[in-house]
Amino acid sequence: MKRTAHSRRSGRTTAALAAAAAAVVLAAGCSSSAGGKQAQEDSGGTAAGKADTPRMKIAMITHAAPGDTFWDIVRKGATAAAKKDNVELIYSSDEKAADQANLIQNAIDQKVDGIAITAAKPEAMRTAVAKAQKAGIPVVGFNSGLDQWKDLDLLSYFGQDESVAGEAFGKRLNELGAKRNICVIQEQGHVALEARCAGVKKTFDGKTDILYVNGKNMPSVKSTIEAKLRQDKSVDYVVTLGAPFALTAVDSVKDAGSKAEVATFDLNKELVGYLKDGSIKFSVDQQPYLQGYLAIDTLWLYKNNGNFSGGGEEPVLTGPAFVDESNIDDIAKFAEKGTR
Amino acid sequence: MSMTQAAPTAADYPADQPPAASAAGGAGPSPGNDGRTARRSALHRLLGRPEIGALIGAVAVYVFFFSVAPTFRQFDSLATVLYQASTIGIMALAVALLMIGGEFDLSAGVAVITSALTASMFAFQMSMNVWVGVIVALAVSLSIGAFNGLLLIKTGLPSFLVTLGTFMMLQGANLAITRLVTGNVATDSIRDMDGFEQAQAVFASRITIAGTEFRITVLWWLLFAAIATWVLMRTRYGNWVFAVGGNKHSARAVGVPVTFTKITLFMTVGFAAWFVGMHQLFAFNTIQSGEGVGQELIYIAAAVIGGCVLTGGYGSIFGPVIGAFLFGMVTQGIVYANWNPDWFKFFLGAMLLLAVLINLYVRNQATRR
Repeated sequence: MKRTAHSRRSGRTTAALAAAAAAVVLAAGCSSSAGGKQAQEDSGGTAAGKADTPRMKIAMITHAAPGDTFWDIVRKGATAAAKKDNVELIYSSDEKAADQANLIQNAIDQKVDGIAITAAKPEAMRTAVAKAQKAGIPVVGFNSGLDQWKDLDLLSYFGQDESVAGEAFGKRLNELGAKRNICVIQEQGHVALEARCAGVKKTFDGKTDILYVNGKNMPSVKSTIEAKLRQDKSVDYVVTLGAPFALTAVDSVKDAGSKAEVATFDLNKELVGYLKDGSIKFSVDQQPYLQGYLAIDTLWLYKNNGNFSGGGEEPVLTGPAFVDESNIDDIAKFAEKGTR
Repeated sequence: MSMTQAAPTAADYPADQPPAASAAGGAGPSPGNDGRTARRSALHRLLGRPEIGALIGAVAVYVFFFSVAPTFRQFDSLATVLYQASTIGIMALAVALLMIGGEFDLSAGVAVITSALTASMFAFQMSMNVWVGVIVALAVSLSIGAFNGLLLIKTGLPSFLVTLGTFMMLQGANLAITRLVTGNVATDSIRDMDGFEQAQAVFASRITIAGTEFRITVLWWLLFAAIATWVLMRTRYGNWVFAVGGNKHSARAVGVPVTFTKITLFMTVGFAAWFVGMHQLFAFNTIQSGEGVGQELIYIAAAVIGGCVLTGGYGSIFGPVIGAFLFGMVTQGIVYANWNPDWFKFFLGAMLLLAVLINLYVRNQATRR
């Protein structure tokens, strides 16, 4: 009896030792020789001087979908400006307009020194914004709400005119000799996305078809684009509205046996290689880092020197900036850091 | 022990699961014992099977798109439809088993992304062979399943509440941990890391059949379906699943290990989430942490279209296979048919509802005497 207990225990010890040994072997033997964190370590961050003005508190409230690379870049720009300007940044986001308005109220309650908002659904924000202004808190807009920011009495506006960007996109397609494109919208009914495709349609000389895909499920995005390319062999350009979807579109084109090229809105670090080797023709960048950065920096300037961009009359456009084979090398190092 | 005793719901569905009943411990009811079976025609028995409505619906949808969309007729279009169906279908299999066992899982959609994120980040941050990440992700996925099952059993809360909690926790964790670890909201590409190519061969390669390239997930899907069918219809475990879904108290009374069965069913969902997550990772190289939300309903929809009921104790594996296929056909068929995209979601919903209605109608016809 005792013997068995003992041997069982020693068996267990042996097993534990074996497991530990296996883990060590695994750690040593399974190290990847390429890629991975170690390969990434050497990239540095943006560091500028630091303002010695009094500490101030700014709230940034967006309609970002959680886990979207685009908004990540906006936030990084805002964080960089906050660090430099000695600002405490309170970032929050909610896809629903009503909850976004609540977040503004929350910021007022916290007695912040400035608020930066995206007005994707301006009407829903009106009351909350007016309340902030009445409390003496300056509000700037960025990214969404180009048509309404003046109406909301916002201090400044930083962003891209989605229609203008779409129109520039369509013209570029004409220059490249495209005849027929599909514009892939990853979220049906999203105002800014629809505006981009409408812009493309407006200036493009050929025919533009809109294709809706389920942006929350990549295999579905891939199959749907693939299906469309099979259905219509004359499509020679696939236009996507976000970087991750552009990468998937390249796969779809390949698998559908189509000759279509891919061009997209927005950048991210994965896109760099694709732009370099031409598998994605070009990208229209609205410079989200700049939007986040300028929104915070303007609020700081306003408090410390009374300046504000655009003078309350004109929006400050951060795009469209075209990125393609010709200039990707200059931009690559920033995109790889996830800031461009 | 016979199936009909273990699962009281069998009485509610007089025509259900004949194969399971006959396989139950080798002591199925003989036609002479049960008056109903003797009087039932072969056609009625066929119509009483859980998946028959979905099958008829699928044939109808197939014929429909076949006639209106020329591209739909191509063999390689079928490959695209099957690909989409397979990634939904692998999950739907596990979700269907769980539903037959009387529970469902709202965390299944984001759990797929959790698994993919885990594998990717673990391998990348530790600079290890990607297979290490794959194994760690499997452990994490199975643990999530076990957590759901254990919590359900220990607290007695309905699975709706338990998995709703897990759903939200995973959704938050996906985002928060990804940002914490990578500094971004998407993972870094692991394409150039050791082991990537083998892993891609397993989870995301292509196979040429009759001149057409099929994604390997289609084969895995059918293989998993075959295994699941065998387990459900030919093993004691399969009987346990029906029994705990029918009535867990009577199941426990006749000696079915209810706790074990429910927890392993949740872990099966975890396994499927891991598999589909690995496919997404190795097919698309990077994963955005916000993906996956809403997919859980599509998996449940595929299972329900396939004849599973929300109350448990009834269903099959072939049904969800058809359900997922139907989903793939409708999603892609609308594109092949080149319909006005504004109506896309409406068509999708209408088609699915139609399939479920046919399903219901056929079952009512079959069970009415």
